[in-house]
Parts: sequence; structure tokens; C-alpha cells
Amino acid sequence: MEVGMHTDSKSRAETGAESGPRGPGCSLRHFACEQNLLSRPDGSASFMQGDTSVLVGVYGPAEVKVSKEIFNKATLEVILRPKIGLPGVAEKSREQLIRNTCEAVVLGALHPRTSITVVLQVISDAGSLLACCLNAACMALVDAGVPMRALFCGVTCALDADGTLVLDPTAKQEKEARAVLTFALDSVERKLLMSTTKGLYSDAELQQCLAAAQTASQHVFRFYRESLQRRYSKS
Amino acid sequence: MAAGFKTVEPLEYYRRFLKENCRPDGRELGEFRTTTVNIGSISTADGSALVKLGNTTVICGVKAEFAAPPTDAPDKGYVVPNVDLPPLCSSKFRSGPPGEEAQVASQFIADVIENSQIIQKEDLCISPGKLPEVTINEETALAEVNLKKKNYLNIRTHPVATSFAVFDDTLLIVDPTGEEEHLATGTLTIVMDEEGKLCCLHKPGGSGLTGAKLQDCMSRAVTRHKEVKKLMDEVIKSMKPK
Repeated sequence: MEVGMHTDSKSRAETGAESGPRGPGCSLRHFACEQNLLSRPDGSASFMQGDTSVLVGVYGPAEVKVSKEIFNKATLEVILRPKIGLPGVAEKSREQLIRNTCEAVVLGALHPRTSITVVLQVISDAGSLLACCLNAACMALVDAGVPMRALFCGVTCALDADGTLVLDPTAKQEKEARAVLTFALDSVERKLLMSTTKGLYSDAELQQCLAAAQTASQHVFRFYRESLQRRYSKS
Repeated sequence: MAAGFKTVEPLEYYRRFLKENCRPDGRELGEFRTTTVNIGSISTADGSALVKLGNTTVICGVKAEFAAPPTDAPDKGYVVPNVDLPPLCSSKFRSGPPGEEAQVASQFIADVIENSQIIQKEDLCISPGKLPEVTINEETALAEVNLKKKNYLNIRTHPVATSFAVFDDTLLIVDPTGEEEHLATGTLTIVMDEEGKLCCLHKPGGSGLTGAKLQDCMSRAVTRHKEVKKLMDEVIKSMKPK
């Protein structure tokens, strides 16, 4: 965990990519990621996309309650806490999406009868919240050393009234959009792992958004790689 | 002997069928189960519908009540969907507060109703002082087909849901049964309305899908929509005018 990291126990990485003026097209907001910030969880990460920020802690593989154990793989639990108020039905729905996405990539078969718990706390929400949660969860799982067969990232697209695509929308853009689509893509073949959408859109628009998301995911994966390289090159 | 093999190795048992391009209940990979639709069964509700998709049965009741509007939208009504999955429908569920699946399903229905704009909330407004609220209660097992009946309510679109399951990251089957969903590596639900617009593409994790496979699912969803719409039109025609 923290063994061997003499310098600061936090490692911060930022991207200056695509932080120019956001015109209609494939530009993402400024990313920042910090790993290993919390001392109790086995892995933790804080991911920022523009003003949206999510803090994640991962515990595992750890002891699991007999009622929840699965004989041949690890049990994954996700808890999402909103910024204000008690968790409600919408949080339960998001937890299920994040959990199923993580289950598809985590090699649970290597740790049977254990539990891996992912706890997400929303620090601030300025649009593209689910995508930020997915990115933070991936970084935290990597920080915890949970074996995974691929990395995953979340990308949000918004379609406004005249069909223009905006990637990584802000809260205002999401509210005014006709449709908001969130995708989770894996790093190996850019396949679609998870998708959840809001609003009405056509088939062609879906394919367009998916293609744009796949291109944008390259930037996110490159950012993951750079931030991890920076972290491990220090020691 | 087959029953023993099925209990010990359910996945292998299933794979044997998939290799021959069919399923244990005799269906093709792209075939739906028999769909039955029945309306008006609950007399105390303002509207009700019963839908059977094979053995999966869902009953839905709609009630309209007077309520005050939310302060941030004084000229709109609201719809409150509630999905109840009681122990009656499956041994998976226990009695008590709604489990995760019921909550997720309620949220899903709320999203589909909002996305498809099936009813305009402004239509529910009587006067900017008092507004009716519509509550939907669903019981028994899970189903993926939504049904709304015209009853003095202006129904704008008819969204129809189609569900798929992904096996071993490659094979796609349509309308999975409970056992198939359990063995599948991923599920996908597409809700489409009549103009071919998508209201919801719900893929909660699971194995990855390429764009081409998604396109295939869309085309199947379109054909399914036509079938179900025909069924719904027949049912509505047969409804006695009140």
C-alpha cells in the first residue's frame, strides 16, 4: 500500500490536454486524479473532471458475510453517497450500474468467497457525474491492486436540440440537452460495457455518440497511463 | 440424466443447446415468447393492464389523485411509479422493504416514462393550484414490456421494450428467461417508440458489445415494436367505449 513511497503518500497527476475552448466536438474538460489519499481503505482515488469531483475508497479482497458469499468468485459491493441528503432510489440504480461494470472487469475468480467493497462519495457535481464516478472507481481499484482484466472509463455525451454532440457536458449543458448518454468502455477493445441514457434520440445519433465516446476514451486511458507512470516512476 | 447434468453444470448444459442454435424451451435464438395483453382487470383502479410474456406476468394499476404541484413546476403534474416484487413472484425475493432490484426497476420505469414523454405533465394540470398525481403499482414477476392504456389521458407515444442477453461475450439471445438471465454474462434492454427513436438503452454492465452487435439489436427492437404495437391496437379496439 504505502510501503516504499517515502515522498508524499499522495500522487497527483493532471492533464493539460484538451483544455482549450470547448467548441462543439470532441473536447473533454480538464482531468485531475489523486491516488492513495485515504489511509484506511486498501485503495483510494479522487477524480476530477472540470468541477465534478468524486472520492472513492476500495476495501478488498476482505471477509464477506456468509449470506452474501459466492463460492467461486468475489462479491462486489458498491455504495454511492450523494453530496447532500440520504441515498435514495436513484443512487441504488447508479450503484447497480457501477457494480455490474466493475464485475465485468474485475477477476473475481482469483479471490473466491471474499468481498470487494467500493465506496464512492460525491464531492461536487457539475455535470457528467456517472462518468466521473466510473473513472474514479477504476483508479481506486488499480490503487488497491485488485486484479482486473481491463481498465474501464466513463464518457458522457449530450445531444442538444439541433443534434450537436457535446462530450463531457457541464450541468447546464445537461439540463438544456435533448438527450444525455453515458457509456462505460473497456480499454482492450473499446467495447461497450455499460450504457444508460436519458431523453429521446435516434439510432444514427446513438452510433455517432458511441463513436465519439470511443475516441474520447483514448484520451482518458492515456491519462490513466501517464498518471500511473508518474506515480510509480517516483519510487 | 439430463436433469442431473442440468443441476450440476447448468452453463455447460445451456451451451450444448446454444451450439445447435436453439434453447431448452425450444425457441430459436431470436424468438420471443408468447405475449398476452389484458386490460381493465382491476375495477377499483382508474386503469389497469396485465401482460404475460411466457411465464413472466406483470400487473399494473394506475390511479389518479388530486395533489398539490411541486413548487418548482406549478403547472405540471407528476407520475409516481412503484415496482413491487413480492415473494409471491419468485423465491429470490423476501418480504420487507423493497430490495435493490425493485428499487432499480422503479427508477427504470420512472426514467422511461420521463424520457419517452408518454404523457405531458402539463396535461395532468387542472389548475395551477391543485394537480392530480398518478401512481402506478406493479406486482408479481419481472417483465420488460410496458403498457399504457388510453383513458382520457393523452398518450403521445407507445414505447416498447425488448430485452437481450449476452452469452460468453459473443452470442446474443432475445427475451431471456430467468434461468438464462442468471447464466448470461450481460443483459441489455432497449426501449423504442414508434418513430424508431430510442427512449432508453439500458445496459447495466456485463460483457462488452461492439457497435455492429448493437445495430443488430436495434433492428430486432424495431420489429418487436411493430408486433407489440399491433397487439396493443387490437386490445384497445376491443375495449368497450365508456
